Amino acid sequence: MLTIQQVSQLLPSADNLLSWILQIVFLAIFVAFMFYGQRFQMLIWMRDIENSIFKLKIMRDEGRKAAITAINEIGKPQVDPTAQVDRFLEYFALPPVDLDPAGIIWRLEHLLDVADARFKADVRLMAPQADETQINNLENTLEVAIDLNIIYKIIRHFYLLGKKTQSLYIIMQVQMILPLFMKEAEAYSSGLKAFQLGQPIGDGAGALVAAKLMRDYEKTKVEKDIVVAKVPIEGRTAYVLKAEGPGANVGKPGEAIKQIMEQNEGKISLAIVIDALGKLEGEKTGEVAEGLGVAIGGPQVDKYKVEETALKYKVPVNAIAIKEDIGDVISPMRKEIFDAVDSVIERIKRLIRERTKEGDFIIIAGIGNSIGIGQ
Amino acid sequence: MEATVSMARRISPFLLAILMITLVLSLASIYEGIDAYAKNDSASGSLYLTMGVTTLIITTYLWLQTRRRMLRLSMRMQPINTTLECQKCGFKNVREFQRGDYVFKHMEDQCPKCNEKTMTIGSIFREVKEKVKEAGYS
Repeated sequence: MLTIQQVSQLLPSADNLLSWILQIVFLAIFVAFMFYGQRFQMLIWMRDIENSIFKLKIMRDEGRKAAITAINEIGKPQVDPTAQVDRFLEYFALPPVDLDPAGIIWRLEHLLDVADARFKADVRLMAPQADETQINNLENTLEVAIDLNIIYKIIRHFYLLGKKTQSLYIIMQVQMILPLFMKEAEAYSSGLKAFQLGQPIGDGAGALVAAKLMRDYEKTKVEKDIVVAKVPIEGRTAYVLKAEGPGANVGKPGEAIKQIMEQNEGKISLAIVIDALGKLEGEKTGEVAEGLGVAIGGPQVDKYKVEETALKYKVPVNAIAIKEDIGDVISPMRKEIFDAVDSVIERIKRLIRERTKEGDFIIIAGIGNSIGIGQ
Repeated sequence: MEATVSMARRISPFLLAILMITLVLSLASIYEGIDAYAKNDSASGSLYLTMGVTTLIITTYLWLQTRRRMLRLSMRMQPINTTLECQKCGFKNVREFQRGDYVFKHMEDQCPKCNEKTMTIGSIFREVKEKVKEAGYS
């Protein structure tokens, strides 16, 4: 047991005023941290967010500048396109009503078609000298600039809301999700240059596989920006399709697959869909994996169409995925992804040998943006 | 692309006042600690020195944090290469990407080996040099 004398020895002597002041101040700091610890933590988080918002603002401004420069360089407009680009950056499309989900896919498809037509028409007005390939590239450059603007505005909104309401929980959530948003914004930022110059991007991995397969064969253009070639593989006939390149284009692969299945009255033994797939941390870029189902990303309209038609004609759909990081999807294509193409072709051939008979008809769909990839 | 941007910051007078007070207190605490050691009171000396040095470190860190900072945006782009391949003799040539290049584009250039106009763009890619981790899961 401590005696009063022993406890008093821990305190400074009465004649030492400085020691008393120090003791009181340190006690005050201790109490302040006890009651305001969370507030201090919030200030540190807000500081982190502020720095990231500053970075996002630079990226957003760079995106806007890149779009204006590209339009001026390629489109040679008569008037300064800055005001039009600024208006474009604030462009939005409202999703269809999902309270009654029946028929939502068709309403969504109509909305996407209208948005695409509107985008292209606006870009044509901004860049009258640009050809079709350049129009597609400019459209994608502007879309990237819009995405950067949206990310910046969303993070800024929640930061200001948290600051205004002094809500630890709003600030905490923004701070926690921030690394993912920053990664995405950096990916968009590096993708800007690719779209400006027309370089192939990571998302085009599937399109590249199809391009390699159809290279020396006659191509025909089918449903919205999709090219198809009849290619003999392993004694079977394959309908190989991809979005038309080398402009930035994803086309409507779902509609094209549906049309091919219907034209052949469902006599398709196998459909293989190849696409880029987001890799998990720890997995290698360019790793190839096989699976089942329709590997088509985006707003799901194309995926829905293929699933419906495959169900109608009982066509088995296989998927081959080339794994890559979210940052690589819209950045210039990495060598590892390019090198994976031959391995994918080998897998396609093996699948065909194992799952179909000679003389059968099959569909091979290379999904993804065809920017920088011919056919 | 790599951007370095100076980030001007206005230090809040309130924060500056707190930093000054804590700086003075930490120095006073260090003085007290030394004084206590001089008087052979090692227990008090250690306590004051620990408090003083810790506060001094925290104050210095906070002060450094509030200074004008340079923000480095890590958007360094790797060079993009284009591989030209001769369809006849298989000759390969790698050069930097040029606007207008696309995969499977037929080039007007002559093949330096067989002198035929059969050069095609075989690939366009960027090479990323990743740091190899010696230990860990990947």
